[in-house]
Amino acid sequence: MEKQQHRLAFGTLVITSKLPDTMVHFTAEEKAAVVSLWAKVNVELVGGEVLGRLLVVYPWTQRFFDNFGNLSSESAIMGNPKVKAHGKKVLTSFGNAVKHMDDLKDTFAELSELHCDKMHVDPENFKLLGNVLVCVLAHHFGHEFNPQVQAAFQKVVAGVASALAHRYH
Amino acid sequence: MSLTKAEKTIILSMWGKISTQADAIGTQALERLFASYPQTKTYFPHFDLRPGSAHLRTHGAKVAAALGDAVRSIDNIAGALSKLSEMHAYVLRVDPVNFKLLSHCLLVTVASHFPADFTADAHTAWDKFLSIVSCVLTEKYR
Repeated sequence: MEKQQHRLAFGTLVITSKLPDTMVHFTAEEKAAVVSLWAKVNVELVGGEVLGRLLVVYPWTQRFFDNFGNLSSESAIMGNPKVKAHGKKVLTSFGNAVKHMDDLKDTFAELSELHCDKMHVDPENFKLLGNVLVCVLAHHFGHEFNPQVQAAFQKVVAGVASALAHRYH
Repeated sequence: MSLTKAEKTIILSMWGKISTQADAIGTQALERLFASYPQTKTYFPHFDLRPGSAHLRTHGAKVAAALGDAVRSIDNIAGALSKLSEMHAYVLRVDPVNFKLLSHCLLVTVASHFPADFTADAHTAWDKFLSIVSCVLTEKYR
């Protein structure tokens, strides 16, 4: 840990430790659980499923995807090729989070600015997507997605949501 | 927000399967709640919350039973859960944010137990149903 020196009033010197800027701390077990499950995730399949379900279960999220074509029914959404393609993009980005669990804020700094300045996405949506991802993982992995694995993933999705909101202004 | 006819049909038919393992589902949802959201344990200082504990199983069964009551009176959930609503408002006073957390954990539990049934439409129906239950349980808070 880096140490910093601060000189206070009356010449008092204070030495503090500079903590790494992480809002979420992962134990070794949590990291192992996340990495091991993620290795089995078919990013293309799961990505489409996650984004599709977001648009079906929370239809107001469709507001960001006016140019995606037919979103008029559950089957239209889940079969929509633009939804699948974009879902894959989003989940690939999540995969990046899994590789940088201790450094989410820096990893998502650029994406955060993009979501704020170009896409104008309310950060609440990041929480919705994160929870849909958790549901889809439970759906795919069944009992393997036990309470401890879920808890580790809840921390990841919360960390990603927070990192994506970090550069908002 | 109210359930469509199709959504009610989904809930009723899935509950048929869920009810055969209702206690286990309720218990696992609570285990997931306490693991993912440790702050929720503050409402149970008097319980042994270790996985498998008798307290957890008894309470999980209670949660499942209440959901069953709501499903059986799906056209009048407020009526079915009126006493429970009062209890939450005047006695338990669980902060409203926690209903979303338990609802999410119930959804995850159902998803992991019933992969064939947990379609996107079923996901929507259950999410809405649990939202309505949460609303009913907090409607007398103030």
